[in-house]
Amino acid sequence: MTEALLEIKDLKTYFHTENGVVPSVDGVSFSIKKGETIAVVGESGSGKSVTSLSIMGLVGSPGKIVGGEVLFEGKDLTAISKRDMRKLRGNDIAMIFQEPLTSLNPLFTVGNQISESIKLHQNASKEQAKVKSIEMLRKVGIPRPEKVYSSYPHLLSGGMRQRVMIAMALSCNPKLLIADEPTTALDVTIQAQILQLMRNLIHENDTSILLITHDLGVVAEMVDTVIVMYAGHVVEYTDVYTLFKEPKHPYTKGLLDSTPKIHELKDELQSIEGTVPTPGSITQGCRFQTRCPLASGKCFTEDPELKEIAQNHKVRCWLHEEGEVAI
Amino acid sequence: MFAVILVALFAKSLAPHDPKMINPAMMLKPPVWVDGGSSLHILGTDNLGRDILSRIIYGSQISLAVGISSVAFAGVIGVFVGLVAGYYGGFIDNILMRLVDSFLAIPTILFALVFLTIFGPSVPTLIVVLGITNWVQYARLVRGEVLSIKEREFVKAARSIGVRDCKIILRHLLPNVISPFIVISTLSVATTIILEASLSFLGLGIQPPTISWGGILSDGRDYVATSWWLATFPGMAITITVLAIIFLGDWLRDVLDPRDNH
Amino acid sequence: MVHIMEKKNKQQAKEEQYLLEVKGLKKYFDVSEGWLKKEKQYLKAVDDIDFYVKQGETLGIVGESGCGKSTTGNLIMQLLDKTEGEILFEGVDLSTLKGEALRKKRAEIQMIFQDPFSSLNPRMRVFEIIAEPLRTHQAAKGKKLENQVYELMEVVGLDRSYARRYPHEFSGGQRQRIGIARALALKPKLIICDEPVSALDVSIQSQILNLMAKLQKDFQLTYIFIAHGLPAVKHISDRVAVMYLGKIVEITTKEKLFHQPFHPYTEGLLSAVPIPDPTLREQKHRIILEGDMPSPANPPSGCRFHTRCPYAQEQCKGEEPKLIEEKPDHFVACHFPLKEGHGVLIDQ
Repeated sequence: MTEALLEIKDLKTYFHTENGVVPSVDGVSFSIKKGETIAVVGESGSGKSVTSLSIMGLVGSPGKIVGGEVLFEGKDLTAISKRDMRKLRGNDIAMIFQEPLTSLNPLFTVGNQISESIKLHQNASKEQAKVKSIEMLRKVGIPRPEKVYSSYPHLLSGGMRQRVMIAMALSCNPKLLIADEPTTALDVTIQAQILQLMRNLIHENDTSILLITHDLGVVAEMVDTVIVMYAGHVVEYTDVYTLFKEPKHPYTKGLLDSTPKIHELKDELQSIEGTVPTPGSITQGCRFQTRCPLASGKCFTEDPELKEIAQNHKVRCWLHEEGEVAI
Repeated sequence: MFAVILVALFAKSLAPHDPKMINPAMMLKPPVWVDGGSSLHILGTDNLGRDILSRIIYGSQISLAVGISSVAFAGVIGVFVGLVAGYYGGFIDNILMRLVDSFLAIPTILFALVFLTIFGPSVPTLIVVLGITNWVQYARLVRGEVLSIKEREFVKAARSIGVRDCKIILRHLLPNVISPFIVISTLSVATTIILEASLSFLGLGIQPPTISWGGILSDGRDYVATSWWLATFPGMAITITVLAIIFLGDWLRDVLDPRDNH
Repeated sequence: MVHIMEKKNKQQAKEEQYLLEVKGLKKYFDVSEGWLKKEKQYLKAVDDIDFYVKQGETLGIVGESGCGKSTTGNLIMQLLDKTEGEILFEGVDLSTLKGEALRKKRAEIQMIFQDPFSSLNPRMRVFEIIAEPLRTHQAAKGKKLENQVYELMEVVGLDRSYARRYPHEFSGGQRQRIGIARALALKPKLIICDEPVSALDVSIQSQILNLMAKLQKDFQLTYIFIAHGLPAVKHISDRVAVMYLGKIVEITTKEKLFHQPFHPYTEGLLSAVPIPDPTLREQKHRIILEGDMPSPANPPSGCRFHTRCPYAQEQCKGEEPKLIEEKPDHFVACHFPLKEGHGVLIDQ
């Protein structure tokens, strides 16, 4: 097995609110290899976004990483100084967000912002930074990059802005790109353009990508490995083919069954009953117990562990503990 | 705040003395804890020997009444104009907002002075004057709120059900603009009390023998150097009341919001 | 004379089977700038569209932002005034109705909104929200009203103990159920659903879609389902209209549209939707439409899609194609309809 680029071990990020402690991310472990594309899938409140922010060291008050390690090339990011973290951010690890408008400063030109980060991380001169910025803009498929270089973010369309964000993120050749719902705010034909762009970039640069999304279609088209999160836990962790073919956790199964299949004429939708529990409300047993059609006995009293049931296939469910019948 | 209102309501039974009673024997007595103070007059007496505590207690009636009713007067006009202008928009909005702008351009104190000089200072004219100078800020506030609430889908939903305009305004818009209004209006009861005090201070507010805090304050002006208590205590009464009203506003806003009703 | 009468009768018969018919509908917004407004500038949000909806069916309207699909919904709902055209509901032009008659007729068309957070008045209790349409139209009072509200809550799967609560105490899915109960209260014939599931989580989306399908069967409802999410539209619709920059470019049954689209835009749109099956990754025929959607305030000449169309020819720049019936029940607005358009349906 190749060395992991990023390894997360038992990460715990809790939010200390007026109403008590909310375990947003509660003991999450996974690793990303060099060049691998991995997706964290989950619905609102699953903790998928907090996981990505924890890696970047961007969890704001009242949230706090209370346990675990984030090892990037062997270095624990939760332990390094803020200065080292800043150096890493944008250089080795870059992030793109859902809403590109809010992540770009409206008062500076696009070029200003890209070259700023190039100057900062690569010790480039002003001229070099400009040349490199325009080259990056061209690379992400922006027509007339010289013109876009000197325009302000609000003049660009949503798709263009996301391209700019990607150009910015990739300008320093990061080893890891974290993309938090990068196409959710975009129209579907524009989403297709951005996904295509990301696919090409993966091929060219061997960048590892951590994709945070709720869209199983995007997952099926883009990634190698999938982590399914529910209420702060990883409930299933395997390669994309196995996940879609043989989902083992009842939640994963439910999620797949409730996704409309655009490619099948008749698609029956099964739904998962009930609603996502508010974080921290389930204190005993499996967190999916309230919505699980197969919950029984042990599920209400003891929390199952994430167990490897086959090679590279981990599930957190009592149904798949040794000796029990599979669904 | 309730204490202040209670004091105002039961002024008669609370006040130790008749506030208008002149007692030449007791002129400019300092408060009880200062040398020379009399236990009969806890906060001392003024230049005519009137009991300051009693005057403050009686003064609260007028000050609060003027403050609250002028804000109520301004609020009714302002909220109505704001709702209508915001909901209907277009031509009506343009006309009403130009009106508001022109009111904003008039300096408050100057307007009040002119108005009071023409109509003569009395409690009702004072309420009207303060009301007129105040309504524009509510109109602007409410209109702004309405413009944003109007775009929310529940207003569209009400229209698609076939709810009439006046009902949409009353049931859907008004309850949703009321809480910012409450907050601003409590603040403005406070500023109105101060404004009333300053007008009285200038001699154009409440006329003697009616007692208001501003009046007491202005009477004490000449003695600040020698008898500090004349101006200090009414000033403190104003400050405490204003703070109390502001807290009341915060509390009201929390109570009125269904999100906090757990 | 007899001949003309017959023709007229035939036409009437045809119209009667349509619950809703839209003819030449236009909505222009005045976006002229400056004081003098020398030249009037219009944003043609909806520009001359025709379609019909049959009793009991679901018509899906899809398109990307700025295509005019929501404006179309608001026009039918009479929430916006049209610029031109006719909206015939049961053969009656809604815009000719006024006052009380309009209010009555309008009760027969209801709407379900996109954002379950802004579509409910935060200061009204659930009971009041669902009772409002009944009260407005004086459909019920007192005990009867109470029973009807509880019945509606039951129908949409809400426990009646929730009646005294405020909207913020509910999750997105439950709020959408409240919105659906409100829309059902007046027993409408047509419900316009404007992006009803796009703000919800996947597992909740399917709950709401299933609920809507069940209600349609139980109450013989007709839906117009407006959405940008093609999978949901495909799931619930019988026929689908595709809009681009204020125009309908293609309209036909779901089977035909998803199997073999005629319009290049439809083809690109379908191809853009990610398929939730990793084994089809390589097999998929990918058509990536280049460029951005042009501004509807300044649409391209001729066929509005020609700037992004991979098959565009000289004729497309100058001449605007009309929506014509290319094959039975399959309408398309394109000078060169695709002979072998790639759909997304995988034959099994």
